[in-house]
Amino acid sequence: MPQELYALAVLDGLSYAALLFLVALGMTLVFGVMNIINMAHGSFYALGGYMAATLGGWAVAQGASPAWSLLILPLAAVIVGCLFGGLMETALMRRIYDKDPILQLLVTFSAFMIFEDFQRLVWGTQPYFVSDIVNYLGTTDVFGITYTRYQLLLLPSVALVVFVALRSFLKYSSVGRQIVAVSHNREVSTAMGINVRRISLVTFVVASILGALAGALASPTVSWVPGIGAEMIVLSFAVVATAGLGQIEGALVAAILIGLARSFSVYMLPELEVLVPYLIMVLVLLFRPQGLFSVAKARRV
Amino acid sequence: MTKPKIAVIALVLLALLLPLALPWIKTPLILGTAFGIAALGISILIVSGQISFGHALFVCGSGYAVAFAARQWPDLDSVLLLALGAGVGALLGVVVGSFVVRYRGIFFGMLNLALSMVLFAALGKFFTLTGGTDGLRLERSPFFGLTMARDQYESVLLVTCVVLALLLGWLVQRYLRSVAGQALAALKSNETRLEYVGISAYQTLWIGYIMSAALCGLSGAMFAIAQGLVTPEMGYWVRSGEIVFVAILGGVGHPVGAFIGAGIFEFVKLFAAAYLTGAWQMVLGFVLIGMVFLAPRGVSALLEPRSSLPIDNEQERP
Amino acid sequence: MKMSVLSRLLVGALSVLVAAGALAQVKPAELKVGITTFLSGPASVFGVPAKVAAELYIEQINAAGGINGVKLVPSFIDEGVGADKLLSEYRRVVQEGGTRVMLAGISSGNCNIIAPVAEDLKVLNIMWDCGTEKVLEDKRYRYVTRTQANATTEMVASVLYLLKTRPDMKSIAVMNQDYAWGRDSWELFRNTLLALKPDVKIVAELFPKFGATDYSTEISRLQALRPEVILSTAWGGDLDTFVRQAAQRGLMKSSLFILPLAESSLERLGTTLPDGVIVGARGDHYFLHPQQKDDPKLKNFVQKFRENTGSYPIYSVYHMVQGLDGLVAGYQKAIKANKGQWPSTEQVADAMRGLEFRGLTNVVKIREDGQGLEDQLLGLTKKTPEYKFPILEKIVIYPAELITTPVGQKSPEWVKTIKPELLSNPRFKQYN
Repeated sequence: MPQELYALAVLDGLSYAALLFLVALGMTLVFGVMNIINMAHGSFYALGGYMAATLGGWAVAQGASPAWSLLILPLAAVIVGCLFGGLMETALMRRIYDKDPILQLLVTFSAFMIFEDFQRLVWGTQPYFVSDIVNYLGTTDVFGITYTRYQLLLLPSVALVVFVALRSFLKYSSVGRQIVAVSHNREVSTAMGINVRRISLVTFVVASILGALAGALASPTVSWVPGIGAEMIVLSFAVVATAGLGQIEGALVAAILIGLARSFSVYMLPELEVLVPYLIMVLVLLFRPQGLFSVAKARRV
Repeated sequence: MTKPKIAVIALVLLALLLPLALPWIKTPLILGTAFGIAALGISILIVSGQISFGHALFVCGSGYAVAFAARQWPDLDSVLLLALGAGVGALLGVVVGSFVVRYRGIFFGMLNLALSMVLFAALGKFFTLTGGTDGLRLERSPFFGLTMARDQYESVLLVTCVVLALLLGWLVQRYLRSVAGQALAALKSNETRLEYVGISAYQTLWIGYIMSAALCGLSGAMFAIAQGLVTPEMGYWVRSGEIVFVAILGGVGHPVGAFIGAGIFEFVKLFAAAYLTGAWQMVLGFVLIGMVFLAPRGVSALLEPRSSLPIDNEQERP
Repeated sequence: MKMSVLSRLLVGALSVLVAAGALAQVKPAELKVGITTFLSGPASVFGVPAKVAAELYIEQINAAGGINGVKLVPSFIDEGVGADKLLSEYRRVVQEGGTRVMLAGISSGNCNIIAPVAEDLKVLNIMWDCGTEKVLEDKRYRYVTRTQANATTEMVASVLYLLKTRPDMKSIAVMNQDYAWGRDSWELFRNTLLALKPDVKIVAELFPKFGATDYSTEISRLQALRPEVILSTAWGGDLDTFVRQAAQRGLMKSSLFILPLAESSLERLGTTLPDGVIVGARGDHYFLHPQQKDDPKLKNFVQKFRENTGSYPIYSVYHMVQGLDGLVAGYQKAIKANKGQWPSTEQVADAMRGLEFRGLTNVVKIREDGQGLEDQLLGLTKKTPEYKFPILEKIVIYPAELITTPVGQKSPEWVKTIKPELLSNPRFKQYN
């Protein structure tokens, strides 16, 4: 494969990886703190995209410049995260923290099913494609291939900014450190006086916002249809499983790994493209089930 | 007569008599029974505390095996096709289970999920071999040596499925009450202690896994010959989730639970399709959430007087 | 068969009774028609207008008295739920609803699946939109028929138009949806192109899945390979997304696009489509049809459709109307042959063969193998101030008989025998 194609594959892979990372981040955060896999996480992705398309479409109809989308997209994510994430945590999640893990999974799966139909009822079944911001930002040429600046620059930058912001938040802010404490040991944190209920709510809402943000950012580039949440959830499992549950830095690397693997396969072995994320997941789970980056956890007796 | 036994008889009568009033309901009943058998398989694993979100792998794999066989040898009897389905399921269970059962908890679930998605993606992609996303069609095969018209075929298939369901339900109950089955339950409560007693956790779970895979495989064969069509969608992770859903909804305490769960599932789907188009997932979602809070051991547990179930160990303390 | 003598006698007696019954059908109060179309997912932008068209047109038919006084009652099935759920629904509508006439469907994959089932259930199945040629070529059906052309006619016409527009083309890449239609249409296009111009290079064959929402990597690859011509038989939301993403990345400037199914996307894409794109209409379906645009039937329906939906009809609408017109014509032919009595399903199915009827554009003829002969229209996009979307210019209409596989032959092989002389056939009229 000629030289430029390597570079092109890398560029394609990175914008895809940015989205994967944002979605996986939310899921891994929830697991780290609450020890639950939220099967409805992909639904936040879908809802974020729908909300962004609706708000963006409304703004364009009002005659606003597409540059406003840069504010509207995160706004849509915050709305979805607070509204649906908050609702799900208070109504559902906090009541199942002490239940059997199988039941926990089933409850989040039921929430996923509810959200799937909810999307259809509210937004219908026809596709949404609100891409004004992409056209507005224009294109750049790299090695003679035209890329949209949105995919090439905006998406990876946002992912990077979020990564850095989240890390600093967890390390330096008070709430962030409480979250880390709860993820290490819930009981001891309560004993130390941390309001675990509030922390759980905050974590869940933040995670939902992240998932919705990924959806909001993705929606201007692709056609938004029902079922997009279900697809994304499996891919984010792949990233999270590869990285190791609860690993944030690992999620970034795993997302890049899977993104690059997928885009390289489109160039070299296009028939395998759809299989690549799952193959990687299987291989990692077989040989290093705790993920590539997890730290050894002391076993509690 | 205990309540679960009454439930069994009620279900069997429903399955056999309803088609006399509504002839078109045969196919949904067959599919519902098939679903129940798959859920029965999953309930074996649930007893061991492990949840697999990838058992659609066996449903789909067997379905395609049956489709290939039926297309290659159109005179192959449907009874043999069903046996083939169960066999392929069991074989896949042996192979996949050999490494999967070393994992526990979330990793077990995710690995199963990943494997089923690999199959799903592969089947959808290799159009020339597998028909891609359009799937493969199969013609009606002879049943018990006789070539039948559609109506007759469906009736015979329905009766066969119901008989198989009864048989397998009874077998699974015996298995769960046997030493191997009890060991499976012990895996959930304290695996280390099980090993100390001298029973291999690996083997116990492997056998349980193979049985669940065989049941799912049989279910896949039933889907294939009832519909005359197999598609990669049969292996999608949401389908695996639905099987688990049905198993938990019905409850794993008694084998009839799997079929009660499947019955509720199919009924809501039909009902919602007719009256609340497209909202069946929402209805079922709420139903299950309600169940988890009100009747966490499933509908079948509501039938039992109290904790007289041999595998009820929810209240085990370490 | 190991049936006893008694069973055989019973079956024989029963069939005689049934046959006798078939000759003396009672005229029903209403005729139930089951229609499958895409109501969800990316393909719904294509399928929902067809549903609206069916409702409007059936209302029109019923207002004029229906078929010999029998009104049509439609019920709709969503093809977007997936093949196995579609099949269950199809069976339910037939068996529970007692529907004997079905119009199915849009997706070639679904048509392949439904045809044998329809034959088994003995219901008249009119394939109103799917294009795969294989369904009627691989097997002879009694109850299955098609009121439009198939992939062969359409792909041959597309190749002819391409070579007329760019006779010295050197390289081509294809990006089709990965399912029966995408694969079959490419096979036919490729065989035809290589028969007429053996030196063309095929630089890439990409098959993203049906319903894919993102083509970025495929577009990058196509840009890197720089083919002179890019073919895509994609349709509906998939085509819309592909064109939008390709236009964003400038791919439409560097290669000549040939999109045989793009007539259905013209209005939705609007000015995203540049000038000079080769567009086909899967038939001769275009509201500015050079021969028919002033025809009252076409004009009235276009207007009615616009009033109802705000958009111009697309070829799925025309196909739906054709399917319904074919159904009505078939019934009328069968009624005449049955001396005014209401016909059985079998009689209508047989009457469909050799039928000639007209939808909104040119006349369609159905051959003895159930395949319809439908003229093909292709043109180049051109922006004009009169409309918010490009119209077609340099339109050529290709008569069906010249470009359809003869009965009994297999298309992929037949197209290889097409001679270059066909390119200059005088019956291919161009309209500016």
